[in-house]
Amino acid sequence: MTESSANKLLNGDACHRTANGRKASKNGFVKNHCLFQQPHKYRRPREKNQNVTHNSSLYKKPFSESFEETPLLVAVLTYMGYGILTIFGYLRDFLRHWNIEKCHVARERDEQKDFVPLYQDFENFYTRNLYMRIRDNWNRPICSVPGAKMDLVERVSHDYNWTFEHTGKVVKDVINMGSYNYLGFAENTGTCADAAIEATQAYGVGVGSTRCEMGNLDIHEEMEQLVARFLGVESSMAFGMGFATNSMNIPALTGKGCLILSDELNHASLVLGARLSASTIRVFKHNNMQSLEKLLRDAIVHGQPRTHRPWKKILIVVEGIYSMEGSIVRLPEIIALKKRYKAYLYLDEAHSIGALGPNGRGVVDYFGLDPKDVDIMMGTFTKSFGAAGGYIGGKKELIDYLRRHSHSALYATSMSPPVAQQIITSMKIIMGEDGTTLGADRLRQLSENTTYFRRKLREMGFIIYGNDDSPVVPMMLYMPAKIGAFGREMLKRNIGTVVVGFPATPIIESRARFCVSAAHTRETLNTALEAISEVGDLLQLKYSRREQPLPSLGWMSEESLLQD
Amino acid sequence: MASGQQWVLVEMVQAFYEAPAYHLILEGILILWIIRLLFSKTYKLHETYKLTEKEKEDLIEEWQPEPLVPATSKDHPSLNYVVVTGPPSHKIVIDGKECINFASFNFLGLLDNKRVKEKALASLKKYGVGTCGPRGFYGTFDVHLELESRLAKFMKTEEAIIYSYGFATIASAIPAYSKRGDIIFVDEAACFSIQKGLQASRSFIKYFKHNDMEDLERLLKEQELEDQKNPRKARVTRKFIVVEGLYINTADICPLPDLVKLKYKYKVRIFLEESMSFGVLGEHGRGVTEHFGVNIDDIDLISANMENAVASIGGFCCGRSFVIDHQRLSGQGYCFSASLPPMLAAAAIEALNIMEEDPDIFTVLREKSKQIYMDLQGTPGLKLVGVPFAPALHLQLEKSSGCRNSDMQLLRSIVDYCLEKHVVLTLARYLEKEERFLPPPSIRVVVTIEQTEDDIQKAVSCIKEAASALLK
Repeated sequence: MTESSANKLLNGDACHRTANGRKASKNGFVKNHCLFQQPHKYRRPREKNQNVTHNSSLYKKPFSESFEETPLLVAVLTYMGYGILTIFGYLRDFLRHWNIEKCHVARERDEQKDFVPLYQDFENFYTRNLYMRIRDNWNRPICSVPGAKMDLVERVSHDYNWTFEHTGKVVKDVINMGSYNYLGFAENTGTCADAAIEATQAYGVGVGSTRCEMGNLDIHEEMEQLVARFLGVESSMAFGMGFATNSMNIPALTGKGCLILSDELNHASLVLGARLSASTIRVFKHNNMQSLEKLLRDAIVHGQPRTHRPWKKILIVVEGIYSMEGSIVRLPEIIALKKRYKAYLYLDEAHSIGALGPNGRGVVDYFGLDPKDVDIMMGTFTKSFGAAGGYIGGKKELIDYLRRHSHSALYATSMSPPVAQQIITSMKIIMGEDGTTLGADRLRQLSENTTYFRRKLREMGFIIYGNDDSPVVPMMLYMPAKIGAFGREMLKRNIGTVVVGFPATPIIESRARFCVSAAHTRETLNTALEAISEVGDLLQLKYSRREQPLPSLGWMSEESLLQD
Repeated sequence: MASGQQWVLVEMVQAFYEAPAYHLILEGILILWIIRLLFSKTYKLHETYKLTEKEKEDLIEEWQPEPLVPATSKDHPSLNYVVVTGPPSHKIVIDGKECINFASFNFLGLLDNKRVKEKALASLKKYGVGTCGPRGFYGTFDVHLELESRLAKFMKTEEAIIYSYGFATIASAIPAYSKRGDIIFVDEAACFSIQKGLQASRSFIKYFKHNDMEDLERLLKEQELEDQKNPRKARVTRKFIVVEGLYINTADICPLPDLVKLKYKYKVRIFLEESMSFGVLGEHGRGVTEHFGVNIDDIDLISANMENAVASIGGFCCGRSFVIDHQRLSGQGYCFSASLPPMLAAAAIEALNIMEEDPDIFTVLREKSKQIYMDLQGTPGLKLVGVPFAPALHLQLEKSSGCRNSDMQLLRSIVDYCLEKHVVLTLARYLEKEERFLPPPSIRVVVTIEQTEDDIQKAVSCIKEAASALLK
């Protein structure tokens, strides 16, 4: 793979880069054996523009993702903001210590005062002095369906967020930009709800045993067969909790002497699962194929640390859509790497199943790939299907093995029947097996909404992270004070949004996150966008320094991208 | 002596002057050579170890990973699960046959309860099924808050926190408090979710013999000596005892009053897992604390699932706000997981209502447990493990054949025999390689209040028949 062939690729010439590279490497003629290489070396971490599609021959359609760099002034001000908050935190801790300021923190029992403290004092510094100031933006109780609009329980705090009191009033019809209700299946009427009602009447809500003992109901088997069909895999197994699907099944698949290559932004459940498996874990840069390839090569060449024995297996663990970045995994490249280096691939489609692809079948469908190329297809039912739990799909041998070795199958109570029914009904609608086009309509609506919402926000001058097709839309706020202000100002305008800061994000990259849903109508989105723009002006959030309008983003044609 | 030495020096200098130039140059070079040898490495490591691209490529071509999962035989017994049609309640339909259920943990018979179902339906009609978000991001429903305050009130503690999965409850709670460097004392018979919590915490784990307070005290004393040697470290090392109320693996009860004594003597905190005892033991079903009359504030954290007696899904932790509130930001299974579907929370609330209205059900349950315990005594070839008031007992082989597989086979044949006679039992299932202390193979016998006198008699005679026919 020489420089000239790489140039050809960028000119849009369909050149089979993978095949080429392998052939060359066998003969040992060319110096460069890597599948993916860039002319320049690693991107520096701060330089986060990923507009250019590398290896475009692997993609069937434009793949455009952007992470605009943090403006320097904003970064400096953000650090200063945290500095000031920390100084005040220490000051107030000092005042609390001398009982000048009233201390609201719950105390240890008097009988146990001489025990080793349950928490280190500095551990809670952040919670006490920073989080507590803006705590009202999280855990807001709701009292309706988490659909396009929801009702919030009104609450007030008389002691600066240490305790909340419910006023008994309800804030009606808040536009919901926070729930992961991508396809709008969070509903209390309609086909899904009716079917779930029937299932409740027939089965009750509990199960009272594990799958392996006496908790394997016919409804579970039906659901699993449907899930396998939906995913296009041989077999599948469902579990009662999405988080546990990861944390309790990875240990069944890998163990000592195995290597897990994990994306740096993987979800906590994947990290926990990897840790519980006792395998060696190495982390590659987010969605960076050069970093992954380097780790793969080094791992195979050098083997296990110290003993230099070859690794038993190598498992690449990635997510479909990263929920905090809004980025989509570079699956075609990962599959090429995985085949080249004989690694296994674990794909977590928690956010992407249902939300991506022309048929709603996740990232594999989105890129038009073969589901058989992914060894372990994992996903959750919580989001697009409006249910709860998770699944693993793959080859029959894999699922048969999990049925006997998954921690969840042996020790955890199986899924509640009405939840299973909700999955069956909503999945059938998405597949069009109910004989209607309602599912297809939802999918189309979601993708239209996503494009519209992302384009509008970008035009307004906000910094938006992630892939143009991802329904998860993170919008940068940066400064700690703006986290609270944004959440509150939006709620004043009757819009519920999610704001996140450290430790869920890097310290200076606090953000708001919108989840676009098929249930949102154009008017709903317009109302939300107007409010966002208004608050954006108020709080000076329109940081983007890109030229407006942007010809190369959002509505670009294929040619313009390849010329990029 | 001194003059002699001086003479040698003078002679050396003289020799230096007289020596020919080439000799001096040669010596100079030699000295430099020695210096170079002294300061340079004998050989360069990285040069010899560096692989060429070709060699790397060959290595990559050569490497063959193990298969993702080992090949399995098709007829493995646990591969094909028993299929239950309809609700797995008292009367259960297996392979089209209606049987009496002695296998599901439906202690209070609430699984198919009409009132519970109605409340769940009402909730479903209001909120739909899923929550579409974690508790932090619009996944907190008013029902969750109600359930938490009801649980706290029921248990007479300050605060309760709910999880959406029973297994994840204690497995998340332990690592929220115990970190690297801390010490946890655990009973050997602790269930699998506790073991996973311990593993996730990365603390030092010290196992004591099952229910052996002397062994525990020995470990605590050892630790006390260790602490005296290094008081600075001891001041920041948290210590915990983790025990179960009623052990799911052995069906016996922990000696809680003794544990509380040890707690204050050695200043260790107690975490109590009550999945089997919540809604079972005590006059009002509050579990082991009520059973022994121990002050609930003396237990730092109580965790239980709502999947057994409560017959819903999920789990909860309760205790003082000082302890429990910490999990709202540090409990992984709480923060990073979607919240419990509201209809399941509503079902749990209604179950609590039933339990509060009629505390007699706990007495009934204990009576039935005792009866089965008495009746199953003297089964030929089988021994009954557990305490008389435990609702989930184990039947183990009196004499093991020495091979786990053949023991399992034998017990399975008893289960199959009973199934023929319309009595549903199940083998207790474990991950044999992953359990820290693997319990011996056993048949579970689960009591529920719905089982009538006749049902119990039928089951007991079935088991006895099977045992005398199959175990010689």
